[in-house]
Amino acid sequence: MTTFDAVRLVAAREIRVKLRDKAFIWSTVIFLLIAVAATVLPAVFGGGASSVAAVSGPTAAALADAGLDVRTVADDAAAERLVRDGDVDAAVVAGPRVLAMDDAPSDVVEALSAQPPIELLDPNAVDQTLAFLIPYAFAFVFFITSLTFGLQIAQSVTEEKQTRVVEILVATIPVRALLAGKVIGGAILAFGQIALIAVVGTVGARLGDAPDNVLSLLGPAIGWFIPFFVLGFVMMAALWAAVGALVNRQEDIAGASMPMQLAMMVPFFAVIALQDNPVAMTILSYVPLSSPTAMPARLFAGETAGWEPVLSLGILAVAAVAMVFVGARIYEGSLLRTNGRTKLATAWRDREAARLAG
Amino acid sequence: MTQLLRLDGLNRAFGERQALKDVTFDVAPGRLTGFVGANGAGKTTTMRIILGVLAADSGTITWGGTPLTRDQRQRFGYMPEERGLYPKMTVRDQLTYLGRLHGLTAGAVARNISGLLDRLGIGERADEQLEKLSLGNQQRAQIAAALVHEPELLVLDEPFSGLDPIAVDTVVAVLREQTARGVPVLFSSHQLDVVERLCDDLVIIGDGAILAAGRSDQLRAAYALPRYEIRVDGDAGWLRDQPGVTVIDLDGPRAVFDLDSGGDDQSVLRAALARGPVRAFAPVAPSLAEIFREVAR
Repeated sequence: MTTFDAVRLVAAREIRVKLRDKAFIWSTVIFLLIAVAATVLPAVFGGGASSVAAVSGPTAAALADAGLDVRTVADDAAAERLVRDGDVDAAVVAGPRVLAMDDAPSDVVEALSAQPPIELLDPNAVDQTLAFLIPYAFAFVFFITSLTFGLQIAQSVTEEKQTRVVEILVATIPVRALLAGKVIGGAILAFGQIALIAVVGTVGARLGDAPDNVLSLLGPAIGWFIPFFVLGFVMMAALWAAVGALVNRQEDIAGASMPMQLAMMVPFFAVIALQDNPVAMTILSYVPLSSPTAMPARLFAGETAGWEPVLSLGILAVAAVAMVFVGARIYEGSLLRTNGRTKLATAWRDREAARLAG
Repeated sequence: MTQLLRLDGLNRAFGERQALKDVTFDVAPGRLTGFVGANGAGKTTTMRIILGVLAADSGTITWGGTPLTRDQRQRFGYMPEERGLYPKMTVRDQLTYLGRLHGLTAGAVARNISGLLDRLGIGERADEQLEKLSLGNQQRAQIAAALVHEPELLVLDEPFSGLDPIAVDTVVAVLREQTARGVPVLFSSHQLDVVERLCDDLVIIGDGAILAAGRSDQLRAAYALPRYEIRVDGDAGWLRDQPGVTVIDLDGPRAVFDLDSGGDDQSVLRAALARGPVRAFAPVAPSLAEIFREVAR
């Protein structure tokens, strides 16, 4: 059996165990429901033209031309009665005046107003709301995924230490195969969950009649987000595995992973808080911990030169390789130390694994 | 292919402490080798080095005459001192996983598991989560984990601790099956009576050094005291006055005695026969506990 086979078997076990875990299944279902709710529900509830009552005449014709649901009535009193009974959203009576219960439907008002001509010079420019939301979305997906799946990797490592099964595993396959399998298994689960949510969200957006240009605008940003995300995730996952190997009990993971949680949280809040500050965002889009979220957000806003994401991705790749090396060394140095929590320096100095490999 | 495992001059230090000193012994094919020693004598360290969990500072391990490789180790079976499997996985799932890690195909693993679990008496528990099993049955599952891939060498660290007498017999029977296939089996134990009953070969370690190693019958002969047991019809009290005899234990017609150097067992027997019938007369083989105390001194 090759090391590759061992990695595959370890990763497959991680995935199989997780797919049978009720907590994991439910969290995925809840994420999917949120994705559906966020994309489909606005169309369902916000959708549909207003219904309006009017006396037959040029006003009623104008309203019908605007695509409104027009109920022709005999006189203004009948129109008002329909409004009061809740049968229509509004009525247009002599004046013309718009009658409504508590809120005048804007489409009715617009149909009756004379609008100045509008000429869009940059029709693809990003909607202000979207421009505000997209950095949130990237930061949120990266933050939540790296944190939850990172924590799961740490828990899985600690479980093997706590139950002592690790000694059988280490006697059977190389320590690095075990580590690689755990990181890859966690990564596949994370990407699978995101892909599922993305597919459901996209289908939902289609069903919910989202403006077509959102998807085409998001495309390149998401295209860049994926390699950033993969590298950032793997970088953090190796460190999470190391944290899991340092402790002996599940209860100790929270304390030992405090620096990791900070390292995730600070970039998350920085990207959100500083998204209106171009200088800060430019810096954040090169720092390895924040570049997976800041760079795609800048790409979406169309603020970058062509070489920028490439350079940032290169920096992230170098950082990821370095962190995987650090994580692997700490993991190897602490995995078989079952007497309490291992100090970072002790784990770093332990060269048993290197001696065994050499 | 089963082979002879040979440990030659293994040394290992942990910081200042020399845990193993020139450890040398064989584990022969088809034989149960008992590995005994006080706590901290170096048993677990030696076993971990055999399995490649720890590195030796110097010395070699050979398998069938050539240096042991990782691929060969992957076909060894190991039961560590500190027990543990995945509590939330079913017995079958984790045995499948471990068997696959040892290089078996899914089909071969499935075949091995059902037979093995039946022989260990936990066949009906195969699809239960490990944590739902009693401690004794978890221990049996642990032994199954060491055997699932039909290992070419078995290393078991304290396999009998925590087992009731019936489970001990079950495990012994399974280990005997392994030696019958020609597998070398090395196991450590504190229960000297079990080791004494079981093992074909014996290795005694003390403070990191091998104190004695070899076939257990030969070791018994080598460490035999000039001690005899006699049973006659009358009272055996006359032995006290016999020259060259030190009586260790006297209980009416039965006595245990040591002979001084140069003493002659046959002259004692003749003296006994002169006084009446002799029902039993035999040298007393030392128990393992006695050999252990003797070499560990």
